[in-house]
Parts: sequence; structure tokens; C-alpha cells
Amino acid sequence: MNYVLRKLGFYAVALWAAVTLNFLIPRLLPGNPVDILLAKLQQRGGTVTPETREAYAALLGGDTTDSLLQQYGTYLSNLLRGDLGVSVTYFPTPVSEVIGTSMPWTVVLVGIATVLAATIGVLLGAFVGWRPGTWLDSAVPLTTLLAAVPYFWLALVLVYLLSRVLGWFPSQGGYDVVLDPGWSPEFIASAIEYGFVPALTIVVASIGGWLLGMRNMMVSTLSEDYVLTARAKGLPHGQVMRNYAARNAVLPSVAGFAISLGFVVSGSVVTEQVFSYPGIGSRLLAAVTNNDYALMQGVFLFITLAVLGANLVVDLLYGLIDPRTRAKA
Amino acid sequence: MTNIGPDVQVAVEGPGGPVETTAPTTPPEPRPAGRARPAWRLLLPTMTPWLATGLVLIAGVVLLGVVGPYLVGDPDAISDVGLSGPSAEHWLGTTQTGQDVLAQLAYATRGSLQIGLMVGVLATVLSAFFGIYGAYLGGAADEVFSLLSNVFLVIPGLPLVIVISGFVPRESRGLWTIAVVLALTSWAASARVLRAQTLSVRARDYVAASRLSGEKPWRVIGVEILPNLLPVLASQFVYAVIAAILGEAGLSFLGLGASNASTLGTMLFYAQNGFALPLGAWWWFVPPGLVIALFGMGLSLVNFSIDEIINPRLKNARTARRRAKAAARVARKAAR
Repeated sequence: MNYVLRKLGFYAVALWAAVTLNFLIPRLLPGNPVDILLAKLQQRGGTVTPETREAYAALLGGDTTDSLLQQYGTYLSNLLRGDLGVSVTYFPTPVSEVIGTSMPWTVVLVGIATVLAATIGVLLGAFVGWRPGTWLDSAVPLTTLLAAVPYFWLALVLVYLLSRVLGWFPSQGGYDVVLDPGWSPEFIASAIEYGFVPALTIVVASIGGWLLGMRNMMVSTLSEDYVLTARAKGLPHGQVMRNYAARNAVLPSVAGFAISLGFVVSGSVVTEQVFSYPGIGSRLLAAVTNNDYALMQGVFLFITLAVLGANLVVDLLYGLIDPRTRAKA
Repeated sequence: MTNIGPDVQVAVEGPGGPVETTAPTTPPEPRPAGRARPAWRLLLPTMTPWLATGLVLIAGVVLLGVVGPYLVGDPDAISDVGLSGPSAEHWLGTTQTGQDVLAQLAYATRGSLQIGLMVGVLATVLSAFFGIYGAYLGGAADEVFSLLSNVFLVIPGLPLVIVISGFVPRESRGLWTIAVVLALTSWAASARVLRAQTLSVRARDYVAASRLSGEKPWRVIGVEILPNLLPVLASQFVYAVIAAILGEAGLSFLGLGASNASTLGTMLFYAQNGFALPLGAWWWFVPPGLVIALFGMGLSLVNFSIDEIINPRLKNARTARRRAKAAARVARKAAR
């Protein structure tokens, strides 16, 4: 269980680092976010009492007389109570509520798209890498084009082709606005219809990396002695490919999940802007354009939290797949 | 490509101990066939069709960015032919206000290349410091550096960059600010790769020998360890450039890029806000992304060849296959 403890410890440190970064960024950078934010708040018809000012100062720093350490304490305790301030953009909704309504959209979209891309990419990579040098294998470098395509640009092109030219899919939003959000079949069907192009964007743009990583590991694994032994024993090719080569070759792809997920999340944040998707990415951008610092910080914190959580799960699973990681400690 | 060739060649003097006596110090004369290839040639990628494609793509985009701006007209000049498709006069059509898309593309490519290069260098230096120096020191320093890079690895980069850019007032958001922020959030992955490689190089006998003989740390790292890491460094640099260009494009597309620079991302930003998509002006938003994708593809293809140096098994698989094919052909001919 040492492995699990070590991983939990690491993610605790990572979480602390993210929280602290969130605390330090507005305090170290130029500009006075509290003033800008309060001015916006007044424009939106919010009343600015000294208490409001104090609450935002705890979140963002500014003209308080407290020492940095005291501010840090107030910030952490507010955070633990789930108090992230009030969003200016969606005044008077609290930040936590804005995040709560938009988070599921992104988590489901990015989650499904990532799992699909990883599965298809790894399977294709194993298949291609099994026979290095064939025409299929020599076409693998073409996938680098996909990997180098900016997500949001691919989104623009797909919207242009699928929605504007062919008219197959709606181009904006996350669901048909005449429907009420809920678990009704019509609503889910509409969410799938609207989510198809965004998901396709993410899958197409991220599949290349998985395929390539798996292919390269597969080629390396093929020259291992145990693969040669398995072949010499006369085992069926499929069995050698699946149980001897692919199982070992997939390990680095799983271990590298952190990097890929970070990429996908970064890409999808910008992509949501293209689709006006009701997810967390468009909230982040709305926050940035409106100088809604409280919402900005909250969204960043939650994105980080989600990414850390997903990585923790994958790391724990990795410990199950590869016994060596548990023994190493 | 100029950024990779010379780097790799420097490794001639490098690989230190074992090969030193046999490695030629002068550029080789044309040799009679059959003699072994000089050792340093093993550090250069073999020319494959894909490598050639990559080099051509990179050269094309670099030419567009470096020479292009001198050949095209003023990118900001407006005219009354707004939003027209490609024609003889405007090869890539015009924007909403009648600006020439090709002229904009040339200047924007220059901007993107510039920031890619800046961030690439910064991020590589950072990752080399945390990856190589940490692994060389070992012990607690290594633990701390490695923890730091792992933490930066799991914190999603672009959202962090967006938040930072959101807090920096627009007037102080210059090219360098953006470059530093992008570099700070993108060094971690390569630091981890470099650390793993350094650990394996550090354990070799000649490194231990030079440490024991009292060489200074900078000399041990610079002369004994670094040359062995050059292919890895080169490949990490290439990745850093791709990531930087992509990251900056995303940032500028959201309107958060450098306020004084025009890049491919800014171009896409104006296309998006000029309703290029609803108006069907594909010639406005397709070229910038295509330039990024093709340049990134070119760099990745070069990296493929560098990967074959780092991991010779990849190369062996390719050459073994080719030899098997040739042997089969000979056998068929003999049978006939």
C-alpha cells in the first residue's frame, strides 16, 4: 500500500501547489483586481459594502493591512467553506454555483472524448506497431499533422464543413434551447447531437499522440526476448500480440496520461469558445473578458482539481496493472 | 532545421572517453566504400522520405515568415474589396475590411515563429536546469526538483496561462511577458525526460572517473554528460517550439495574447470576431491554422528521425524490414 500512500501524498502536494498559485498570482502581478472587480459589480447593480470589499480582498489581495500569511489563512478558510465569492459576470450567482452548472458539461464531453481517443489510438497503435515497416506503418508520420493542429482551428474547420456546408449538426451551444435541462430522453438526445462535433474535434486532435506513443513502444517491445520466446514456442500471432507485446507496450501510454490529459483540457477550453459550449471553458473566458477575477480563480481551481482527480485514478489503476511500481518503493 | 544540425554536430567532441581515440576531429574526406562510417555520423539522422518532407515543410514556413513580409504589401492596408475569395490580385482573398490575407499571413507567421523560438529556448533552458542539474546533484535536491516538475506537469498549462494573462493588464502584456509565462508552464514534461536520461548517463564509469579526478560540476555536466543528452535536448526543444506556437495561438485566439504582436492566433481571433465562419469566408480562417499544423508536422517529422537516434530499436525495425524485403526480392530472382 506504500505506492498508494505515495501517490496520495504527491497529489496532496500538487493540490496545495495549485491552491497556493491561485493565491499568489493576483497578488504578485501588477494591477489592482479588487478595484476593477468592485467597479464592475457596481455597474451590474450590486451594492458594495465594506464587507464585500473585505471578502474580495481576502480572495484577491489588495489594500488590506494584513500580512501575506494572515491573508493566506483567510483565503484557505474561505476556500474550505466553499466560499469562492460572487460572480460578476453572472451576478448575483455565487461562483461555486456557476461552476457547478457548467462543470458536468465539460467533464462529460472531455471524459468521453478522451476515453474514445485513447482506446482507438492505443488499439490502432498496437496494430500498426505489430508489423513495423508495412505501408500502413510508414504512413504513421501523417498523424503528426493531426497532433500539430490547433484544437480550436480544427473546431472551426469542422463546424464549417459539417454544420455550414453540409448542415448535419448544429454549430452553436450545448443543447436545443427550447428544451429544459434535465434527464428527459429528448434533452439527452439533443445534448448528444450538439456535443458530437466538439467531441469529434477532441478525438481527432488527440488521437495521433496515443497512436504514435503506442506504436513506438510496440516496436521497441517486439525486440524483447520474451516476445521472441513466445513466437519460438509457436503461440498464435494474435496471442503474442495481445498478451506479450501489447500489454507491456501500453504501460508508458497509461503512465503518460497526465501529460495527455493536460493537453486535452487545455485544448478543449479554447474549443468551447468556438462552439459557445456551456462548459467550464467558456465560463473561464467570460470571466477573463469581464475581469471577473473571483470566477476566474474558481474555475482554474476546479479544472485543476478535476485533472488531478483523473490522474490520481489513473495512477492508482496503473499500480494494479504494473506490479513493478508497487515493488519499487 | 538550422537549429538542430549544428547542435548535433557539436557532439563530435563530446561523447568523451570511449570513442575519443577513434573519432575523427576533421570533417571526413570522401572515403572508399566499405570503411566504417565515422562515429559522429551516427548522431545525425538518416535521410528518409519523411525527414525530407519535414525539412521541406519547415523551410517553406520559415521562408514565408522570414522572406514573405518583404514581398507582400502592407497587411493593414484596407481597400473596398472586402471579403472576396482568392483571386489573381489577392491570392488568398481579403478580409472583411479588404486587407490582403496573404500579407497578413506572412507577417503573422513571422510573429508566431518568433514567439515559438523564444519560448522554445526559454523552456529548454529551464527544463535542462531542473532536469539535468537536479539529477546530477542527486539526493534531496533531485527529490525537490523532480517533485516540482511533476507538480507542474499535472497542473493544466493553458488554463493557468489564461488566468495569469487575465490578471496582467492589457497594456503591460508584451511579447516577452507572454513568452515567459508560456515557458514557465511548459518546461515540466521535458525536465522529466531529461532527468531520466541524465540518471542513466550519470551512472556511467567515465562520469564517475571525472568526478573522482576532481573536475568541477559545470565541467562534468557540460563536457561529460551534456553531449550524450544532445539528441534528447534537440527533440525536447522541437517539442517546446510546437507547444509554444500552439499555446500562443490559443491564447491570442481568445484575445489574451501579446498586445503588440501579430501572430497566427491573432489572425484567427480577428477572423472569428469578423464572423468569417458564419459568412463562409474559409480563405480567411483556414490558412493560419494550416500554417501552424504544417509547421508542427514538419517539426514532428524531424523529431521522428531524432527519436531513431535516441532509441535505435525504432531504426532497427525499419532497416530490418527493408533488408528482409531486399532478401526476398533476391531470392525470388534466383528462383526464376
